Amino acid sequence: MSDRSCIILDDVVFTRGHRRIFDGVSLTIPRGRITAIMGPSGSGKTTLLRLVGGQLKPDSGRVLVDGEDVSRLRRKDLYQLRERMGMLFQSGALFTDLSVFENVAFPLRVHTPLPDDMIRDIVLMKLEAVGLRGARDLMPAELSGGMTRRVALARAIALDPELIMYDEPFAGQDPIAMGVVVKLIRELNTTMGLTSVLVSHDVPESLSIAHYACIIADGKLIGEGTPEQLKAHPSPRVQQFLNGQPDGPVPFHYPAPDAAADWGCVVPGEEDSRA
Amino acid sequence: MPDYLTNRIARLGRGTMEAVASLGRSAGFLWGSLVGVPRPSVGLPLMVRQIYNIGVLSLAIVVVSGLFIGMVLALQGYYILSDFGSESAIGQMIALTLLRELGPVVTALLFAGRAGSALTAEIGLMKATEQLSSMEMMGVDPLRRVIAPRLWAGFISMPVLALIFSVVGIWGGMLVGVQWLGVFEGSYWGNMQSSVTFFDDVVNGLIKSLVFGFVCTWIAVYQGYDCVPTSAGISSATTRTVVFSSLAVLGLDFVLTAVMFGSF
Amino acid sequence: MAQRTTDIIVGLFILAGGAALLVLALQVSGLTLKPGGETYSVQAYFNDAGGLSSRARVSMAGVTVGRIREVTLDQETFQARVVIDIEADYDSIPADSSAIIRTSGLLGEQYIDISPGADMESLADGDTFYETQSALNIERMISNFATGQGGD
Repeated sequence: MSDRSCIILDDVVFTRGHRRIFDGVSLTIPRGRITAIMGPSGSGKTTLLRLVGGQLKPDSGRVLVDGEDVSRLRRKDLYQLRERMGMLFQSGALFTDLSVFENVAFPLRVHTPLPDDMIRDIVLMKLEAVGLRGARDLMPAELSGGMTRRVALARAIALDPELIMYDEPFAGQDPIAMGVVVKLIRELNTTMGLTSVLVSHDVPESLSIAHYACIIADGKLIGEGTPEQLKAHPSPRVQQFLNGQPDGPVPFHYPAPDAAADWGCVVPGEEDSRA
Repeated sequence: MPDYLTNRIARLGRGTMEAVASLGRSAGFLWGSLVGVPRPSVGLPLMVRQIYNIGVLSLAIVVVSGLFIGMVLALQGYYILSDFGSESAIGQMIALTLLRELGPVVTALLFAGRAGSALTAEIGLMKATEQLSSMEMMGVDPLRRVIAPRLWAGFISMPVLALIFSVVGIWGGMLVGVQWLGVFEGSYWGNMQSSVTFFDDVVNGLIKSLVFGFVCTWIAVYQGYDCVPTSAGISSATTRTVVFSSLAVLGLDFVLTAVMFGSF
Repeated sequence: MAQRTTDIIVGLFILAGGAALLVLALQVSGLTLKPGGETYSVQAYFNDAGGLSSRARVSMAGVTVGRIREVTLDQETFQARVVIDIEADYDSIPADSSAIIRTSGLLGEQYIDISPGADMESLADGDTFYETQSALNIERMISNFATGQGGD
């Protein structure tokens, strides 16, 4: 285990119900870099973040964060570890009964004994970083989707975490908001030296900011490397995903019984033979 | 054995297993939210806010229902008791009915419909919008931060509501019995005082409402916390809250009554 | 809403609950605030205690003077032994007074009525009533009347 790696997934198997979501995934996420984890919808990308955050436990295999096995940590240690992680949820997940200011102040109030005026300074600093210092008194319901995500980002970095995880940061954003998020992720990474994990299916945006990327499909890691390495990847599945081709190794059709039988058409030749 | 029969038995088995598992989960959930009380400076304001949401906002419906139930009891009681020439006993009848049964039970049913369903929907929505998850990822235990204040608030609010319900009901009964039907005010209160005993009737009613408050709130927050985080899931969880709470209240009421007032 | 307003409203809510409890205690169940008051206990033996129960009223000339503490069976005489707590204020009840079990109204509960005697001495703690009259058993009276045995 080198000092350069922050998160290590070691042969992780995870099933939900009868569905095997991860079937032996091994992955190393380097420290201080932006790593993009890509894959089609439903491939368990969000589940991966939850495994790292210790909200879910793998059936077998290990998830190491800073050398600690997340699934074996005691509750108290797990919560302490989480204070060093930030997570940006797809929906933002702001507390709807608190104002923007209080949302960002929330982790500070819970985890630090800081006096109110100091909390205020920090909150305004974080809001300034996402360009929303002026929106501090709004309620979450009054924010647009892009603003919600930026407030959530300010909240995620309130405690100056060492690791930040973004769950689908680009999904459902207009081009300007997307540009803002791309800029923020990159800036946070360079100025604060954060380890960033980015889960997304937006290929161009992810590849444009990631130092390192991997693609998950059908519970397996099907490709990893720098964006350049991935673009030149020999696997047809990787190419299909990166280029967004509708048909390929991942078939256009969901597995179905034979079309002819489904519609009740009988091939003329067979009719004869049956008669 | 025929197929449909084995299917039935299998379904019964699966249902039982799920019920037991759910019971276990809810017990663990309760444990998690009640142990480890947060700092009073953090926990108290949260609980006060929830008492406001759960208790104070349910006050209107409780007062109005209490008033009408007291008035109806007076009317019904008067016509039945006047057959025996003892209509002056309505004070005693109203007070005992309200303190022992209707106060705790009706308040709990109203509570389940008004506050319980709101709790379930609120927590379910917090789950659906990942607020609970994000809290967890911020290193804050939602059981302590979100669930515990609500549990305590329900536990505290219910007896207060039930007491107010009973008082308003007795007053409403007096309005109809004394002001309208002409029972002497002295015998209304006098009969009541000679038959109601504080520790048997008032305190037992209070114990009932404490139990109901605990059970109703537990069911409500658990259903919210355990719901499937979709709109259909939240709506069925809300329904379950009202149904389960009502059944639990009526069933427990029988058990508690048997223990408290039964002669064994 | 400001936290302070909420605090005040919730405080009022809890106070209202306390006030309701107070009303129920004082006005509805007739609990007196003075803790029990001083009492002294006397006992009475009845052949038939009827439906007499503990905490039932003990009155004299219609005024409540005490309560029944317990009703037990005396294993030697097979009579009902009733222990009565009388308020200490009523300390001049003649020693030869009799205790009678009566029913309030036709269907009401049973209580003990003390009918005063003429003795100069008063009942004191631990004394026993000389004369008692058991509960009126309506069924027995009716059956006696119907079979023509008359009153006994």
